[in-house]
Amino acid sequence: MEEVPQGCPGTGSAQAGRGASCQGCPNQRLCASGAGAAPDPAIEEIKEKMKTVKHKILVLSGKGGVGKSTFSAHLAHGLAEDENTQVALLDIDICGPSIPKIMGLEGEQVHQSGSGWSPVFVEDNLGVMSVGFLLSSPDDAVIWRGPKKNGMIKQFLRDVDWGEVDYLIVDTPPGTSDEHLSAVQYLSAAHIDGAVIITTPQEVSLQDVRKEINFCHKVKLPIIGVVENMSVFICPKCKKETQIFPPTTGGAEVMCQDLKIPLLGKVPLDPHIGKSCDKGQSFLMDAPDSPATFAYRSIIQRIQEFCGHHPPKEEHFLSS
Amino acid sequence: MEAAVEPGNLAGVRHIILVLSGKGGVGKSTISTELALALRHAGKKVGILDVDLCGPSIPRMLRAQGRAVHQCDSGWVPVFVDQEQSISLMSVGFLLESPDEAVVWRGPKKNALIKQFVADVAWGQLDYLVVDTPPGTSDEHMAAVEALRPYSPLGALVVTTPQAVSVGDVRRELTFCRKTGLQVVGVVENMSGFVCPHCAALCLWTLSSRGAWRKVKTSSGTSLRVLPSPHSSP
Repeated sequence: MEEVPQGCPGTGSAQAGRGASCQGCPNQRLCASGAGAAPDPAIEEIKEKMKTVKHKILVLSGKGGVGKSTFSAHLAHGLAEDENTQVALLDIDICGPSIPKIMGLEGEQVHQSGSGWSPVFVEDNLGVMSVGFLLSSPDDAVIWRGPKKNGMIKQFLRDVDWGEVDYLIVDTPPGTSDEHLSAVQYLSAAHIDGAVIITTPQEVSLQDVRKEINFCHKVKLPIIGVVENMSVFICPKCKKETQIFPPTTGGAEVMCQDLKIPLLGKVPLDPHIGKSCDKGQSFLMDAPDSPATFAYRSIIQRIQEFCGHHPPKEEHFLSS
Repeated sequence: MEAAVEPGNLAGVRHIILVLSGKGGVGKSTISTELALALRHAGKKVGILDVDLCGPSIPRMLRAQGRAVHQCDSGWVPVFVDQEQSISLMSVGFLLESPDEAVVWRGPKKNALIKQFVADVAWGQLDYLVVDTPPGTSDEHMAAVEALRPYSPLGALVVTTPQAVSVGDVRRELTFCRKTGLQVVGVVENMSGFVCPHCAALCLWTLSSRGAWRKVKTSSGTSLRVLPSPHSSP
């Protein structure tokens, strides 16, 4: 804060910015707006914006590289196969935005309209937003500390004109830090249906995922369930299975039993998944007969059932 | 916990290597651990500093979970993972009450702990300090580089996998290295391919057989090493 005048009523006072001694103070406008005392107004603005979004799903994992972005993208693709379902995919991995590549949208730029930022559309009913679209070159590094990342996430939630959306899927970076806290905080007044947590079978992943589950409990974020990715490797030549990441402590199945959380499904590691992602195409379309596709579709159906059984809360207006 | 800054705690460390990747899950912690073990095998004294505060993997990889951190006059004593005391380790994992406890901190608190890890751990005489980092180019990375800068880090080892999504993030990490003046020792392509134990077929993860990163120029132009997928992981 810059120097305050004598007789300053205090930034939290009802007279803040309005008293005689406030005249000429460089902070007068700030105080008069109530910014010193009130919670972030963006939370209410985002609540308003989210009124046109029926279901909001966060895709989380404590661990990196388990397939969050791959899963988020294919959840979006799967839901959007019904052309009557409007799907939005928001990538809040500010430092490592993978979604543009996986969705075949590298090089696309964001446009401004009167009603805010326009998402980039893959299909008529599938819109995407990512910091990747704001970079002038794919090599640009986003070397930002927490507060600046939080500001970007706020803008994504408040300023993107998603329109009428059935499902908003939020892809997150690994961890339990600024991005996750900000997403939950800014969406706190809007209803988040829940989190889908991605893991791989080995204990090194599970130990981070247990922390993520604890994070969800701490911030009261419902957990839709856990997806175990890369469960087994299926050889494209002989079709036999190998456990590349052995579940030495029982994998996600035992973890979910211990923590009483639904296991939504296990997705095998099909090398074609990575290739589809590199090409920016839907693996569900590229390899419709793959066991991985069947697994994805079953998991997507379970998520839809969860959202159907837990409709968004209606606001009840009490007349005074 | 605030401790007085000890200027001499890294004075006995000869080389510092940061293990970085823009991408998660490519094997930074695995490679940091394997690097430390290989250096020990070559007769070196090695320290590992694990600055992945949200997902500290190194204690488990070295079977050191649950160990306690003690204090000495110079600060915190790192945990020795072997009887010969040739590998020492510091990780937030040792400071948690339970292994499932989540570190839900915003940037400034993470920065403060990393500064403490650099200044307040009594590393003693080390040939190498390997610094394992989380994925990204954010608070932890900036804090580690800023705190280590006075000690002239040897450089950065950047880890990737062949997929284009990994390579994309690694290109950004190389930009980070350039902008922060960190010399890139080289790039390691991990999990290059997988040999099926049933039919011995070599499976590659990408469209191009050698990975898109081949087109990436490292700032130092040094060579890279390619590591095939392990049959099993920790």
